[in-house]
Amino acid sequence: MAATQKWVGQPLKRAEDPHLLVGQGVFIADQLFPNVHHAAVLRSPHAHARIRSIDVSAALGAPGVVGVVTGQDALKLTRPFAVGVRAPVKYYCMAIDKVRFVGEPVAVVVAADRYLAEDALDLIQVDYEPLPAVVDVERALEADAPILHEEVGSNLACHRHIVYGDPEAAFAAAEVVISERFVFPKYGSTPIETYGIVASFDRTGGVLTIHSNFMGPFILHPLTARALNLPENKLRFVVPPDIGGSFGIKSSIFPYLGLIGLAAMKTGVTVKWIEDRREHLLASSSGTDRIAYRELAARRDGTILGMRSRWYDNVGGYIRSPEPGCSFRPIGNWFGAYRFQNLEADANVVMTNKSLTGPNRGYACGHLYFEIERMVDLLAEKIEMDPAEVRRRNFIQADEFPYRTPSGGLYDSGDYPAAFEKALEVADYAGLRREQEKARAAGRLFGVGLAVAVDPSVSNMGYVTIALDPEIRGRPGYLPKSGALEAATVKVDPLGKVIGLMASTPQGQGHRTIVAQIIADELGITPDEITIVDEMDTFTRVWGISSGTYSSRFGSVGTSAAALAARRLREKLIQLASYLMEVPPESVVWSEGGARHANNGQVVSLKELAGRAHWNLESIPPGMEAGLEATAVFSFPEAKAPDLQDRVNSSNTYGFIAEVMAVEIDPDTAAIKILKYVTVHDAGQIINPAIVEGQIYGGALHGLGGALYEEMAYDEQGQALAGSFMDYLVPTAHEAVKLDIAHVVSPSPFTTLGAKGLGESSSMTVPAVIANAVTDALKPLGVKIRELPITPSRLWHLMETARSKR
Amino acid sequence: MKPPPFEYHDPKTVDEALAILGRYGGEARLLAGGQSLMALLNFRLSSPAALVDLNRIPELSYIKEEGGQLRFGAMTRQRQIEFSPLVAKRLPLMIEATRMVGHLPTRTRGTIGGSIAHADPSAEYPALVTALDGEMVLRGASGTRVVKPADFFQGFLTTAIAPGEMLLEVRIPVTPAHSGWAFEEFSRRHGDFAIVEIAAMLTVDNGRCTRAQVAASGVGGTPLKLRPVEEILEREGVGEKAIAEASARAAELVDPTSDLHASADYRRHLTRVLTRRALTRAALQARGNN
Repeated sequence: MAATQKWVGQPLKRAEDPHLLVGQGVFIADQLFPNVHHAAVLRSPHAHARIRSIDVSAALGAPGVVGVVTGQDALKLTRPFAVGVRAPVKYYCMAIDKVRFVGEPVAVVVAADRYLAEDALDLIQVDYEPLPAVVDVERALEADAPILHEEVGSNLACHRHIVYGDPEAAFAAAEVVISERFVFPKYGSTPIETYGIVASFDRTGGVLTIHSNFMGPFILHPLTARALNLPENKLRFVVPPDIGGSFGIKSSIFPYLGLIGLAAMKTGVTVKWIEDRREHLLASSSGTDRIAYRELAARRDGTILGMRSRWYDNVGGYIRSPEPGCSFRPIGNWFGAYRFQNLEADANVVMTNKSLTGPNRGYACGHLYFEIERMVDLLAEKIEMDPAEVRRRNFIQADEFPYRTPSGGLYDSGDYPAAFEKALEVADYAGLRREQEKARAAGRLFGVGLAVAVDPSVSNMGYVTIALDPEIRGRPGYLPKSGALEAATVKVDPLGKVIGLMASTPQGQGHRTIVAQIIADELGITPDEITIVDEMDTFTRVWGISSGTYSSRFGSVGTSAAALAARRLREKLIQLASYLMEVPPESVVWSEGGARHANNGQVVSLKELAGRAHWNLESIPPGMEAGLEATAVFSFPEAKAPDLQDRVNSSNTYGFIAEVMAVEIDPDTAAIKILKYVTVHDAGQIINPAIVEGQIYGGALHGLGGALYEEMAYDEQGQALAGSFMDYLVPTAHEAVKLDIAHVVSPSPFTTLGAKGLGESSSMTVPAVIANAVTDALKPLGVKIRELPITPSRLWHLMETARSKR
Repeated sequence: MKPPPFEYHDPKTVDEALAILGRYGGEARLLAGGQSLMALLNFRLSSPAALVDLNRIPELSYIKEEGGQLRFGAMTRQRQIEFSPLVAKRLPLMIEATRMVGHLPTRTRGTIGGSIAHADPSAEYPALVTALDGEMVLRGASGTRVVKPADFFQGFLTTAIAPGEMLLEVRIPVTPAHSGWAFEEFSRRHGDFAIVEIAAMLTVDNGRCTRAQVAASGVGGTPLKLRPVEEILEREGVGEKAIAEASARAAELVDPTSDLHASADYRRHLTRVLTRRALTRAALQARGNN
């Protein structure tokens, strides 16, 4: 337990903001390095082509140029990055003999400045032999489709057919069967700061140091070391104090860590590369676009009996780690918030001539809940039942937690019916339905949508191995993967002030604020007297392969580590105090920043204890280890490797989201106006409500982007159509909607403070809730939303088609 | 996204600017507010030998009323227009249109001359001068000439400005008495280039539409003056029936193409919807001003 609970739960202003607001942030591009040179990357203009030859001689002679790197260097000096599937995909840090998407790196010029480097790019002659391209996942699997990787033999990177329960029996027993085809778009996050890297190679010591805004998972450190043929302890990753957003996208910077690392090793100079926005939109990362077929079996009373799902995830030109997470990251919560036990999943991960994919806020959950929640609404329509009632009849109940899903997820805590009813109440659901009745009578297109989601946080690294057949995982000698940990250190300096050390690589989440709140409570001091350091250095910090800030993990795992480290330190302080007071430790309590005797009023302050421990080691108890610091590594006990029935607890805490949205559609222009948007979250114990509110707003707007605006569109030849912010439309403050936010609190039994993650939050529900609301609004026309984004032009065509049939 | 090398000049007068332009024989480009040209340079879609920066020429920034027109120096910022009491009084339609030009920060840099010389087919000012029969004043080595919109806008990002010439002034007639106006546009986000936009000004005298001025943008390579639509209104008035007929005619007149944001059919449909909305609002206001 904490010494006090004064700070946790308070909407403290972010400690990070003052320095950002006055322009004193230290981002990768701000950092100064000696002998720095600048890289520019030549990128493929073709979606699919063979590279016949590359002539760099003119570029090498251009002003300021110190070196050029091509695929031949990569072939000689590096190895392909390991991929998470059995298909023999050779994914190097740049194109070797073929390009497979527009924007793929083909050469790197290193020059005195970025202008000169880009001038020299224009002088490189690449002789391409263009090949037919394929961008559609279903087309890519046809027998006569162009093949991207000849050694794989097809474009299928991974296929898993997984069955839980007895779906066949469920469908045989069904009174109602629904089937639908869904199309989910390819979109990213476009963080305000793009990728940035500064790499330097110390030839004498053999150490490659890469400063970058990488955010984990740090499993990508050993992966990069291996690709660069470096021992892990000769590859140093350093992350600066500030990162300007990521939302998952910056985990996919790692191939560029390889590429710029290679450039530094080859040229011998310090190489800096700051990705520009065009590069970011063409070739950083995004979520997958997906085509999915779903079937649902139910009884006429609304009870869901089972589902079948077959989907095709488009990972672009190469399957890049941690893909195929796109298909498996939510495996433990594949059943959503519902009690049904039977599911057949057919996951197909397909390579096409599009840019590569990876984690993007909500990682695969936006896809999942778009499908599940649309299916539930289709069921409601079919059996003519209120969609709220259908959900009620299928929820996992409060007394069933912790709840084990058929796919192995262990939902730690929750009260889904309570959170759902709260959303209906805040939205005045009954009132909205009355309003809808009036609006419809007046010929207006007014709709109400519902969606719920189990919000997973802290990925268990083991889930990635679901991509492998159980037969492989069951072989003797196979080394299973599992786990999720985070480390924290708390130390007291010689004058009694406290420093907290994290390796969490936040990208704007406010870890300094939150860790200070936690330590303040544990040590009975105030947050403003604590200094938190959260930048990463793989040579000096305590970390594991799962470290980093992704999968909403800090709220669960980072906070737990910080609290544990502070408690460990407090125990030591109490030991020391009891020795000085000459009383048993049991009679000493810690409060208000000092140790006090429970009865006699004796007090020893933190400052005094620090004085003894630092300045007079003779005064510490015999046998006590010197030093006033404690490190804790928090690891989830339930993060186990998948079993041979493909069951895995893919995350470690599971929150809940319930949403209600009301929309009106302009019958003439098909413009969608959001009239009301209620979102209720259960993230367990809330540490800082202001930061939580920011995450919910950000998540909602991000989801709105994918649902209505953003799409990394390609034409049939694989040319990227959205190469700038003129065409890749990110919602801005003008498009932001007002949220009505409410909370339900079901503390997690598995985390130190009962907190759960919520960083991805409504990004995973907006596509579902808005699709349901728009479909409901267009019920008089019979239009159903199956595909995102819902642009006015697309929606108008759907409405016109429906009108013409009437 | 760094521009290729170029020479840079910052003349202090129009004569000086024209002299520099002449030296480069068509290989130099004028830099006004930079809201489009800088992006083209950074994308290396444009690689001029020189940039002639007009931002230090005070004589190019003004708004004045003369000869029944508002006259705008080419370097007048959109933000100056947005807050000009003169424009608010004499040409309020222009205020309405200006508020749809990009965003506040871009309007503080962007200029009327830059917007018109760039000639993006979805931009607001080209639609406005086309609807209202404005004029562009050009000057080159051989003198000054005045060009009407139909001759000025020649195609996608293409105008009548000859090599060695520059746009000095934009002239738009002030609002006639007994008029109503509206600028309607539809874009996917606030501040984007419109998918379709309609500029309309109706002059109504004793229930008769004496003059209709209507143009559409976003529906072809240049803004389109909808003369047949204007004729319907001038013939049949601005009642609901005439507006419906005029709007249907507008949709027939345009020849839009499809792109990532909207299909040609949707653009055509929006032309009808927005024309109806613009005319309805303008007619209501014109009746109020009678």
